[in-house]
Amino acid sequence: MNAIVQTLPRVSLPRIYALESKHEFLRLLRAPSFAVPTLLFPAMFYCLFAVLFVKNAAGDYHANIYLLATYGVFGVMAPGLFGFGVSVALDRERGWLTLKRAQPMPPGAYLASKLAMAMLFAATIFTILAVLAITVAGVTLPLAAWPKLFLVEIFGVLPFCAIGLCVGTLVSGQAAPAVINLIYLPMSFLAGLWMPLRILPPVVREVAPLWPAYHLGQLALAAVGQPSEGAMLAHVAALAAVTIVFLAVARRRLARA
Amino acid sequence: MANSGSAPSARLIAVRKRYGAVTALDGVDLDVRPGELLALLGPNGAGKSTAVALMLGLAEPDAGEVQLFGESPHALDARRRVGVMLQSAGMPDTLKIRELLAQTRAYYPHPLDADACARTAGIADLVGRRYGKLSEGQKRRVQFALAIAGRPRLLFLDEPSVGLDMESRQALWSTVRALVADGCSVLLTTHYLEEAEALADRVAVLARGRIVAEGSVRQIRARVAQRRIRCVSALAPETIGAWPGVRSICRDGERIEIVTDAAESVVRQLLGEDSALTELEVQRAGLAEAFMEITQSEIAQEAA
Repeated sequence: MNAIVQTLPRVSLPRIYALESKHEFLRLLRAPSFAVPTLLFPAMFYCLFAVLFVKNAAGDYHANIYLLATYGVFGVMAPGLFGFGVSVALDRERGWLTLKRAQPMPPGAYLASKLAMAMLFAATIFTILAVLAITVAGVTLPLAAWPKLFLVEIFGVLPFCAIGLCVGTLVSGQAAPAVINLIYLPMSFLAGLWMPLRILPPVVREVAPLWPAYHLGQLALAAVGQPSEGAMLAHVAALAAVTIVFLAVARRRLARA
Repeated sequence: MANSGSAPSARLIAVRKRYGAVTALDGVDLDVRPGELLALLGPNGAGKSTAVALMLGLAEPDAGEVQLFGESPHALDARRRVGVMLQSAGMPDTLKIRELLAQTRAYYPHPLDADACARTAGIADLVGRRYGKLSEGQKRRVQFALAIAGRPRLLFLDEPSVGLDMESRQALWSTVRALVADGCSVLLTTHYLEEAEALADRVAVLARGRIVAEGSVRQIRARVAQRRIRCVSALAPETIGAWPGVRSICRDGERIEIVTDAAESVVRQLLGEDSALTELEVQRAGLAEAFMEITQSEIAQEAA
């Protein structure tokens, strides 16, 4: 009568993680409201400003290289903030997250796949900007600078994933894009990602260390040899702290959801 | 227990669960036995969803114990034997059905073949489409496909036929019957009492967080004395309505339908007063009437 057959589970964890990540990436790539601004805006802005200010140079400062670093940061913030924020809010609201938790999905696969998605988008944005920088904006960098910038941008998505996740656990799917834009756009401007901090009012410069985007921006600038401020370790520590705090809040919210 | 020697697939033991000031479950014992289809019925807010959430490990009981195949509902090993179809599971609109199936199949050690799964759930022609482009009924069928994708030994079906047309509902029912015949246990929660009547081996009725009745469909129906009399008669409904033992009466064209506790005496009186009466039928009350009776008397007791 007891029909339960005991067999060794033949579930492949790498396969689950790979499928989840691939589908998370496809899901957002196929959503024009996400993919178009995420992939296009940084490239568009960079072309516009880098070409416009290409002659703008003083000492170490070269606008086309400076903006490559800061628009790269601006670009990789989006998959973290929107990719996590909007999709987690929707998944919660529509019951998909509940179903996933009821299914025998390995714990961790849900967030790991979104993280992989965000990093894949970050790598795509990095590549697009790098190609534009070399071909359109006439950027020449020492070979070692490219992998440094790549690493800063790929791992730089982490704090923004944590912020996005946190927002996604707090607001509805409909409100999420608006809330995230309210964080994303002002922070990018105030952190000096759109135009160099030194041409912004002193007040903006003084409060800039409050924004995680500022710290990532400084790391990216240092990676490409542009003038940056502060100790690199302090920037890394600030970003790590942001990641931990927002993850902790999100974890509490998800446990109660 | 009827099925002695076989451990329950899922179990609630003296479970209590509160949400703020609301007691959702107030000391509930419930077993889903191997190979049976248990229908969990109850009015809205009776605690059905809470019972299901506890068995799936989505919520923790405040007191008592929850077991899934003898283990904690959090044990991955136990959950790999479970299939789930929830009431609302809005999947990502931009993913294709084929992708959703592949993802869910990957969670299970011995999944159904993807084509077989799609065919069984009646979605073979939809696998290349995006989830967001499907109709409500098609979405429900996809959700059912994901529930059976892992060859579950225990299947949770929460309101499975909401949004389905008659034909799809019949197809779903016959698939569920085949799964049960194959030894799969099913916990069904439903608002359609005819669905419970058509499928259930056993019924448990929840009201105000307690199990107030449990038994086969026949046993539950027998708990109410009501019967339904149908006939074609020239008698005025108002006249019949005044007779002793008549609970309600309604007229549909020339047919009259009477619900009564005393079928024999009402039939005698009908035949005595209308010699031209034709098409007489007497039926025991269905699960719907029994359910109403059980839950209303429970609520009346509670109020007293």
